[in-house]
Amino acid sequence: MTSHEHDSHDASHGHGEHAHMPFQAHHFDDPEQQFDAGKLGIWLFLVTEVLFFSGMFCAYALYRSLHPEVFTFASQYLNETLGATNTGVLLFSSLSMAWGVRCAQMRQRTGLVICLSVTLGCAAVFLGVKAIEYTHKWEMGLLPAGEYVSQFLQTSHHEGLSSWLYVLSAVPALCVVGFGIWYVLCVMSGNKQKAEVAGPFLVTALCYFLGVFIGIVFQNAEAAAHAKHETAAHASDSHPDHDQAEHTSDGHGEAPEQSAAAKLVSHVEPNSAPGAPTLAAVDQAGGAGVFFSIYYCMTGVHAVHILGGIAVLAWLLVRATKDHFNEEYFGPVDYVGLYWHLVDLIWIYLFPLLYLIK
Amino acid sequence: MSAVATKPTHSHYESNEADNFLISSKGFLSWALTLDHKRIGLMYLIGVMSAFFLAGILALVLRTELMTPDQWFLTTQQYNQVFTLHGAIMVFLFIIPSVPAALGNFLVPVMLGAKDVAFPRLNLGSFYLWVGGAIFFMAAMLYTGLDTGWTFYTPYSTQTRGPVVAATMGVFILGFSSIFTGLNFIVTINTMRPPGMSWFKMPLFLWATYATAIIQVLATPVLGITVLLLAAERVFHIGIFDPQFNGDPVVFQHFFWFYSHPAVYIMILPGMGIISELMSVHCHKSIFGYRFIAYSSIAIALFGFLVWGHHMFTSGMAEVTTIVFSALTFTVSIPSAIKVFNWLATMYKGTVQLNTPMCYALSFIFLFTIGGLTGLWLGALSVDRHLHDTYFVVAHFHYVMVGGTLVGFLGGIFHWWPKMTGKMFNDFWGLVSCGFVFVGFNLTFLPQFVMGSRGMPRRYARYLPEFQEMHQMSTVGAYLLGLGLFVALGVLLHSLRRGKKAPPNPWGGATLEWQCSSPPPYYNFQTSPTVNEPYDYTPLVYRDAERGWDYVQPESAPKHVPHS
Repeated sequence: MTSHEHDSHDASHGHGEHAHMPFQAHHFDDPEQQFDAGKLGIWLFLVTEVLFFSGMFCAYALYRSLHPEVFTFASQYLNETLGATNTGVLLFSSLSMAWGVRCAQMRQRTGLVICLSVTLGCAAVFLGVKAIEYTHKWEMGLLPAGEYVSQFLQTSHHEGLSSWLYVLSAVPALCVVGFGIWYVLCVMSGNKQKAEVAGPFLVTALCYFLGVFIGIVFQNAEAAAHAKHETAAHASDSHPDHDQAEHTSDGHGEAPEQSAAAKLVSHVEPNSAPGAPTLAAVDQAGGAGVFFSIYYCMTGVHAVHILGGIAVLAWLLVRATKDHFNEEYFGPVDYVGLYWHLVDLIWIYLFPLLYLIK
Repeated sequence: MSAVATKPTHSHYESNEADNFLISSKGFLSWALTLDHKRIGLMYLIGVMSAFFLAGILALVLRTELMTPDQWFLTTQQYNQVFTLHGAIMVFLFIIPSVPAALGNFLVPVMLGAKDVAFPRLNLGSFYLWVGGAIFFMAAMLYTGLDTGWTFYTPYSTQTRGPVVAATMGVFILGFSSIFTGLNFIVTINTMRPPGMSWFKMPLFLWATYATAIIQVLATPVLGITVLLLAAERVFHIGIFDPQFNGDPVVFQHFFWFYSHPAVYIMILPGMGIISELMSVHCHKSIFGYRFIAYSSIAIALFGFLVWGHHMFTSGMAEVTTIVFSALTFTVSIPSAIKVFNWLATMYKGTVQLNTPMCYALSFIFLFTIGGLTGLWLGALSVDRHLHDTYFVVAHFHYVMVGGTLVGFLGGIFHWWPKMTGKMFNDFWGLVSCGFVFVGFNLTFLPQFVMGSRGMPRRYARYLPEFQEMHQMSTVGAYLLGLGLFVALGVLLHSLRRGKKAPPNPWGGATLEWQCSSPPPYYNFQTSPTVNEPYDYTPLVYRDAERGWDYVQPESAPKHVPHS
């Protein structure tokens, strides 16, 4: 949906030779009017996007104010390092995008192609990291509320990569293969313009796997850190919360996992309202899943917008290689840049609200 | 007759007949892939009228079942499905797009003297989103029968086995159609006004369209996320509307009505814009209080976002909250009332032509006033406690949406029909249709006010025998209303075959759309029209020969010749 209107927001008709700007649309009086119209149009579209997300921010505000302890507890399952990495990646992509607009305005074709490629690459890295985060949670049973598996009841701990990761990575893998073949064919046939498109597309698809790699590295680092904490804790404290967690008789290997949840609970201030259920009871009843429902909705819709952005950026890249943009006509780059900055901005809000709750 | 020897100036905007937008290019694809706003507007017109026809038949089915207190031919399950379908098709496929998409698309560029809207391809995209949403939506509902009501309230909508997800995804797609139309109009009106047309020299129809577009752009995304969350609730069990998972079903109502209340202003504002045009032109008098009407349109758009809670007075909100919403509801009625007074004042000492468009306009004022006033009763907390979910509410919103928007829409169709099609319609039968619509409509819905205040609940297939007489009156009225609408359709279709050729300006309007031929050429204007005062009729001269009016340049304008 998001790529669709960007196709139409600019007024390029590819009319061939014109006395003026080649992409002048006939219903506008002059290029300035066309540019102003497009600018207003994209800003209005961004306003609609803000309102679209606002519903979920409202739900977040509502449910967090009603159940703060659930949010504090569940937020600990989000890997802050990965979140921070994604934040840095998107911020960098905004920089490359803005630089790209400048390149377009100054008719620096190669610069523009490079900047767009970097932006695309960063977007792919973001999605790769997200794939790791999501699949890891799915393995742990950290699902939307109706499917949520209480972490106090969670008895198995999955090591290694989730099988879901292979499902999610199927399309990027196909892209790597497809774009790789296409790139090789372009280079062999000497079609420079197409190669300039195929190359960055290939790099973008590979960047997804770079993101997956980064995700694995940091996920393992966190798991190792946790394990170290738990062995230390296991040795020293007397498991005050064990009574609340159901024991299985699987032996020593399971105990650290159960006390992991209990350990996390101890970081959370209990709901002090009289008669309020304990966090463990809430979690076992599925109540803690509301955090993850909101988490998946918000980051999921955001990821859909990243995908839309990738589509639109790819279209811009194709046009850039055809040398469409110059000091008189750079509107589409400008507009897509604005969209990309908004997608980045939304993530800037999501990161602390979801990952940094203490 | 004019004594001043001025050259008739209409010839400078009569364009080549072959350039007429209806025939300038031929073939299915020239329409299916058109970027011409006029063709898109006509395609929308056909689309929304088809949806209206279908939902209207469903209404007649409902009313027929309600002739008897007990079951006649619909089970309660079927009845629920029929009213859901009626409401959803009417709201999402007909009334929200109707005026902006069918009339607005045609008129906005022409009233601005422009060649097209700002984003023609987005415009076509909006149309196909409408078509796609319509197909989706109706397939979903006709397939297994949705019975949640068009409001999709949780928890029923999250638990019922009907095709809620498919229907809500249809709504999602339709929402984007609406958003892009609004976006297009805002940019068009902001950036493509001709030199000399300041904001306060725009026709009021454009002010109304602009205010509507603001609402479309701001409110519809919230509907989008609402239906998305509802679908996610059903598919992924996110639980945000489910108390078992710390969710809350009333949150759905808040999200839903945050869009749907402004939506009713999307429905009425364009209708009001039409009436401003009709009243002025057919009274041949400058609109009274132009700035007040313009500002009121914007005020309605903005205030309309503050009152959604009045749909939820009985849902268990805190008392203070209900008081605040009630007070705001009363204030939002003020701009609408201002407009009604201004329209009436426009008539004073005007030369009133009682033709079909004017008749519909007068009906609008009467019926909308009743609808608006009954809204105030519902806005009063103590009264609403008794009237909520009764037929009083049903009557109220039908008065504003049917008696208001539909009647205004019909008036606009008749008014601009000569411009869009180049044909004049038979005014006598047009007046007949107006009469049937007016009488039939009142007979349908006035009894419903009475029934509702006496306790008849809404959305009920069976009822107590004491209500039967009024239900029967209502059903007879509904058939009369349907008859009137068929007469109107007949008049319009007949004119396409047998109607006289329309002059560029049959009614004597001063806005720019009357400065091009009827129908316009595909490029809209032979020569750029002269920007003028939109409601100053002194430069207009009636030409007997062509049975139409002529806009004579003010410097050489003769004395005003009244139309007799």
